[in-house]
Amino acid sequence: MNRESLRERLPVMITAVVCIALFVGCGLHFERFMTLRVFMNLFSDNSFLGIVAVGMTFVILTGGIDLSVGSMVGCSSIMAAWLMQHTHLHPLVALLLPVGFGAAIGSFQGYLVAKFSLPPFLVTLAGLFFCRGVALKISQESLSIDNPFFNSLASYSISLPGKASLPTASLVFFAILVVGIVVARQTRFGRAIYAIGGNPASAALMGLPVRRTLILVYTFSGLCAALGGAVFTLYTSSGNAISGTGLELDAIAAVVIGGTLLSGGYGSVFGTLLGIMILGIIQTAITFQGTFSSWWTKIVIGILLLAFMLVQKVIERAAKRRAQAT
Amino acid sequence: MRRAPSWIWALVLLAAILLFNLLFTPGFFHFEVRNGHLYGSLVDILNRSAPVALLSLGMTLVIATGGIDLSVGAVMAISGAVAACLIARPQDSPLGGINLHGSIPLIILFAVGFSLICGLFNGILVAFLELQPIVATLLLMVAGRGIAQLLANGQIVTFHSPGFSSIATGAWLMMPNPVWLVVAGLILFGVLTRRTAFGLFVEATGSNPTAARVAGLNAKGIKIAVYTLSAIAAGVAGLIGCADIQGADANNAGLYLELDAILAVSVGGTALTGGRFSLIGSIVGALLMQSLSTTILTRGVSPELTLVLKAIVVVAVCLLQSPAFRQIFAKRAAV
Amino acid sequence: MTEANVLLNLSGIVKQFPGVLALDRVDFEVRAGEVHALMGENGAGKSTLIKVATGVYPANGGEMTLGGSPFAPRSPDEAVRLGISTVYQEVNLVPNLSVAENVCLGREPAGPFGIRWRAVRARAEEALKRIDLTLDVRRPLSSCSIAIQQMVAIARALDVSAKVLVLDEPTSSLDAHEVAQLFAVVRRLRGEGMGIVFVTHFLDQVYEVSDRITILRNGQKVGVWNTADLPRLELVTQMIGRDAATLERPASALAPAGGKGEPVVAAENLGRRGAISDATFTVRSGEVLGLAGLLGSGRTETMRLLFGLDHPDEGCLKVDGRDTGRFSPREAIRNGFGFCSEDRKTEGVFPEMSIRENILIALQARRGWLRPLPATKQREMADELIARLRVQPADAERPIQFLSGGNQQKALLARWLAIEPRLLLLDEPTRGIDVGAKFEIMSLVESLRQQGASFVFVSSELSEVVRTCTSVLVMRDRRAVKTLEGSAISEENIIGAIAGDQA
Repeated sequence: MNRESLRERLPVMITAVVCIALFVGCGLHFERFMTLRVFMNLFSDNSFLGIVAVGMTFVILTGGIDLSVGSMVGCSSIMAAWLMQHTHLHPLVALLLPVGFGAAIGSFQGYLVAKFSLPPFLVTLAGLFFCRGVALKISQESLSIDNPFFNSLASYSISLPGKASLPTASLVFFAILVVGIVVARQTRFGRAIYAIGGNPASAALMGLPVRRTLILVYTFSGLCAALGGAVFTLYTSSGNAISGTGLELDAIAAVVIGGTLLSGGYGSVFGTLLGIMILGIIQTAITFQGTFSSWWTKIVIGILLLAFMLVQKVIERAAKRRAQAT
Repeated sequence: MRRAPSWIWALVLLAAILLFNLLFTPGFFHFEVRNGHLYGSLVDILNRSAPVALLSLGMTLVIATGGIDLSVGAVMAISGAVAACLIARPQDSPLGGINLHGSIPLIILFAVGFSLICGLFNGILVAFLELQPIVATLLLMVAGRGIAQLLANGQIVTFHSPGFSSIATGAWLMMPNPVWLVVAGLILFGVLTRRTAFGLFVEATGSNPTAARVAGLNAKGIKIAVYTLSAIAAGVAGLIGCADIQGADANNAGLYLELDAILAVSVGGTALTGGRFSLIGSIVGALLMQSLSTTILTRGVSPELTLVLKAIVVVAVCLLQSPAFRQIFAKRAAV
Repeated sequence: MTEANVLLNLSGIVKQFPGVLALDRVDFEVRAGEVHALMGENGAGKSTLIKVATGVYPANGGEMTLGGSPFAPRSPDEAVRLGISTVYQEVNLVPNLSVAENVCLGREPAGPFGIRWRAVRARAEEALKRIDLTLDVRRPLSSCSIAIQQMVAIARALDVSAKVLVLDEPTSSLDAHEVAQLFAVVRRLRGEGMGIVFVTHFLDQVYEVSDRITILRNGQKVGVWNTADLPRLELVTQMIGRDAATLERPASALAPAGGKGEPVVAAENLGRRGAISDATFTVRSGEVLGLAGLLGSGRTETMRLLFGLDHPDEGCLKVDGRDTGRFSPREAIRNGFGFCSEDRKTEGVFPEMSIRENILIALQARRGWLRPLPATKQREMADELIARLRVQPADAERPIQFLSGGNQQKALLARWLAIEPRLLLLDEPTRGIDVGAKFEIMSLVESLRQQGASFVFVSSELSEVVRTCTSVLVMRDRRAVKTLEGSAISEENIIGAIAGDQA
């Protein structure tokens, strides 16, 4: 690896170092922290957030943003619960139908962004309102799910040594993670996303299908959000219309902490995984501490965000200065 | 020749909603005076739209410079938490040591002062560190609620202070105080922007940043000023919210109101890309959204539909403002 | 076909934009194995012609053939697939991806497991080898110099078996060494039988590398020459054309008011990479200094330095005899400087704001926000300036975006007159406006000069330079090559100096 590409990976490497340092630090400070069980719980407790964040990573890589993901989680969760309780659909179908709905909403948002060049911020803000409205319309009460197949799906897990386990939620998260990494690195579609984020006008002149790529990206984000909702339903064994409130912020934070630039073009799905882990470790540490109040999570995340943005700014300015000097 | 104001569509829609209610909702235009307060659906709309209307005044200026302020909801929570803690003085709050002896003007000054600092923070990030506004204000949007909880030590701080509560529940000349606060805010912002050259500078900065530099404008100073003003407006809105429920709920105060304010501004005819702005338009926008909600509520339609309707209004307004959409429309019309 | 080796042939191309005939029956051909320079001043139609040939705009009339068969690309993408690739001045690649990806983007070799990165790299290396370039293709593009980026763009164009390569001002941001590197590639490709269209403003480069020259002026073809048969002087004359209505220079009227004035601004060995090098000149009060030269010769860049929009790397600027150090446009305005930019759209107008606001913004900015001009005063000043410059329509409250380009230009000039400048930098102030308005602007300049104001004046129309300026600095290839004063100012002398004749 040469120096330039090393410098480019600096943000994600800093994230990795912070992540490891946090984990080791917590391990030294708290007894029983550095166990496989705690480590695995990082994934299962944050699986729905992680799934949503993978979709968000793609949107942010194009230079856009998706505010609708949080309410899509709520919408998908209540929809799945309602379908299971009020229809005779197979639970799997009931879980996957909302995922289709999420993809459809996502593709419509992508269409508005790509075709009419509407600001992604406003379009997905509308999506946020729409999905929450639909969710509340379905049911304002929390619906608990009572279905044998669903229950076995929800309680299924692969046992690992040390009382650790990998439940369905984690498995789905890992699957999406792998899909995300492969799509971003190994497909023309994925590289087109990076190109659009780097310079949309150039991408069009280079003959890339900009519009189609954008629509697909928002579709994927909608799909991930709805899948996150389905996983959330498994996790809580109930559907709730207001679940996922504010989740979009956590997802964006995870993506940015993971080294993805909000202006698009730079970043990786792997970085987002690191971002999720950092958020998870902070949360777990605060739970372990007990006396430490929960709001510190938000403040620490804010400070981390600021720090990462400043690091990115410094790198950006250094790159600009170098470009001028050569 | 005077052209129609940019917020004409919002006004037409508002009029249509009111007309609909005049015809189909019995008692919508009914007024009643109790204890020197005016009551009725219309007063209710004015009163309830006040926080968003105040936010939208500051947001209008931020958006006119081509920026956006996502932190106003969190700033409301901070301002409310500061006020509540200074009144109730809970033992475990970091603010517990400050004793203002219940002086309401001082308490208000403190709360708004905290908001001002938040605004300066945003402004410095945008103007000097040149972070994208959406990113810069996202920071406080995330951390701000944490700070509010920190100040209130995670509690919902409740208080009993008739004097302070009157900010939200009192009335003057029969009109609720929040309505007067909006009127005062509109006049203040109006004077600030239109009786000085500030409004011109804001519009020029948003309309064409490069040309603004060539014309000798101080874009950095202007940006810091608008983010600070936006946060101050949010601070006052936070006081209303806090006085209304006689307590500060750091988790829910002002939740999602930043989105409502952005909506009111863009419905009110100020383009998200910056440039020309209209304060009155934003107020009309805020009233429009509130009368939509109130109408749905009074007609007994399930209130969740408000959200769906809001979504449709956002998309429609965006499309109407989009040159690409207008072009397609014009082409169809020409064929 | 008589010319068996004609690759691309355009005949009778017409392109109409609303209100403008951009191309009027233009013919143009490119043969295999030649470098064909396409030349002309601003607005001559070069870039429109290129855009028609590369599928950005459809033509309104005329025929195109490529390799003998009819050719009508509907998009740049299609043109590329049919064999015409373009490398633009602003590199149109994505900076955040690697060199290899930029070469192969959109057509990466892929297998069952997705993109085969090893194959991508090999293919990029091969494409770069063809233009004699070896570098680590895993480097991000943004870490490469502009010259290398340009080469990568060429390599990308070659990767799709291009027959014709269009280089649209590729050398604008390159230094001499980098240009030489680029030309080596161009010659090599010519040797391989490719047809190369070379758009540039640098005369030396045209003579260095091109075989034939086509000149356009005002949307029409002036002619086509073998480069060897066209002397420089003739080339410049043909590009600029002669204004038939050239007035005799009223030499007596242009004597500096009251002898030599005080120096307002002086440049000493002023330089900035990629803009201008080693320029020394003085602007005195009551003087109009003309900067003459072709587009890209450093005229605009010099003005930007004078106004503080860019900062020099070398040398210094002295205002009223004092070294200024770095200064911003704000400070320049406080010093009484004004800058009427050539680029109205991005550096001038505030489109949705009224004519009045557009006129008064600079003055108001100087006064500060707390001292607003009273409404009546605003109206008075705006109306007076509108009347003085005959801005049409004379409605101060109309948004400026609804005005024609010429009237926008007049309103922008009014903006700077409103601050009563000591030094006004005018970059192409007369472009796109009618003859009457040109004379108005020029006589305005003269009357202000008589009152002691000074100007720096840039115009592509030499007759204007000759008529307006008290001294002329001739620039070529980003250098100040000659200063003309008094009776030495004539079109012949300026053209001669631009062309680089030693006479």
